[in-house]
Amino acid sequence: MDFFISHYNYWIVIFLMMVGLYTVINRGNLIKKIIGLNIFQVSVFFLYISMGAVKDGAAPIITEGVKLYSNPLPHVLILTAIVVGVATTALGLALVVRIKESYGTIEEDEIHEMDHSL
Amino acid sequence: MKRNPILRIVAKFLIPLIILFALYVQFHGDFGPGGGFQAGVIFSAALILYALVFGLDAAEKIIPPHILRLLASAGVVLYASVGVIPLFLGANYLDYSVLGSTQIKGQHLGILLVELGVGMTVTAVMLIIFFAFAGRGRP
Amino acid sequence: MIDLIINIILLAFLAITAVAIIRSTNLFASIMLFGIFSLLSATLFVVMDALDVAFTEAAVGAGISTILMLTTLVLTKNHNEKRSHAHRPWLSLAVVIITGMVLVYGTLDIPGFGDPAAPANMHVAQYYINNALPETGVPNIVTAVLASYRGFDTLGEVAVIFTAGVAVLLLLGGKPSIPNSNSNPGINKKREEDET
Repeated sequence: MDFFISHYNYWIVIFLMMVGLYTVINRGNLIKKIIGLNIFQVSVFFLYISMGAVKDGAAPIITEGVKLYSNPLPHVLILTAIVVGVATTALGLALVVRIKESYGTIEEDEIHEMDHSL
Repeated sequence: MKRNPILRIVAKFLIPLIILFALYVQFHGDFGPGGGFQAGVIFSAALILYALVFGLDAAEKIIPPHILRLLASAGVVLYASVGVIPLFLGANYLDYSVLGSTQIKGQHLGILLVELGVGMTVTAVMLIIFFAFAGRGRP
Repeated sequence: MIDLIINIILLAFLAITAVAIIRSTNLFASIMLFGIFSLLSATLFVVMDALDVAFTEAAVGAGISTILMLTTLVLTKNHNEKRSHAHRPWLSLAVVIITGMVLVYGTLDIPGFGDPAAPANMHVAQYYINNALPETGVPNIVTAVLASYRGFDTLGEVAVIFTAGVAVLLLLGGKPSIPNSNSNPGINKKREEDET
């Protein structure tokens, strides 16, 4: 039971990661694919933050009388990753808008049909 | 949205508070949670709320697109140039310790300026992105 | 203890929301659920003591990225996903399940959640916690590491954000081109060349 509780976070992370991966592979709609990528991304954030968490640790802001802090390094990495993530998501969505304007659809198989690819 | 008085009044009430909070997060980031990334995003959220309620044209009157582009590049330049100054003072790139009379004062000044650069770029880029998307739907 | 219970319940909510997102064929519903997903993750970051991250996630995930997705939905005028039969769910499900099982096997060796003696918490993190205040005078260690110790990294991140803004401006900044009309002959000409 202890093992289950101490690894529960990682298993949920893997579940979320796989949900995101499944959406990217299986769904043909481009907006849905981007949502899937975002779910994948959030799961990676949780992996990092879970690794940095310390039991009974305080948030990493130095306060008098507190001895144990969480690991600040994953927080720094993920903080910047979130903002970079939204910028790249916006880039992906901009591409979706341009695809819609040129092809008239955002369904993957219809685009393949128009291009005679696949 | 033009005929929705509740939304307009609530937005008018909230936007100054959001901007104030963004400034607090920007300049109090050394002591509490916060910093340039968060402040930039909160600041742009205030202006996006304004654009959603009062229309894109009104929002572009407050911050014209060319100023946004200037702001976005100015943030990166500010960050990079704060890094260059220590080079002339005989220290490494981005080593703020030599900026002030003591190490701690120098670090404080360096961190403040760098966070300001980050805040400027993030605010401007988020607004550029939103305006680009919203402007595309304009007839 | 109460932290751990909240953590477990919220993570379960997160998993349920993720499944609801991919099961819904209405894109509007998916996007709103994604907003809820981001808000839940922000709450979880607070539970795991990552206040700065929670802050950012609440503003970015639940605010800006939801708005950008909704704007895209308006621009593409496509509110329902079309389920095609070309995609075989069993094949992708098999790929996903096998990958997931390999990853779960990998977690068996990871130190447990919240272990203060985990290798990740031993090396450079201890240096930051002990020296951030005397060396930089900034009580918030995350800010000290972000702006000072890892300043060059952050400069790179800012450059990435700036580049993404420039790229979006290049893609969407100009006048929209309408396909199959004479207003923009360049694109139509290219289409004809592609077809021949």
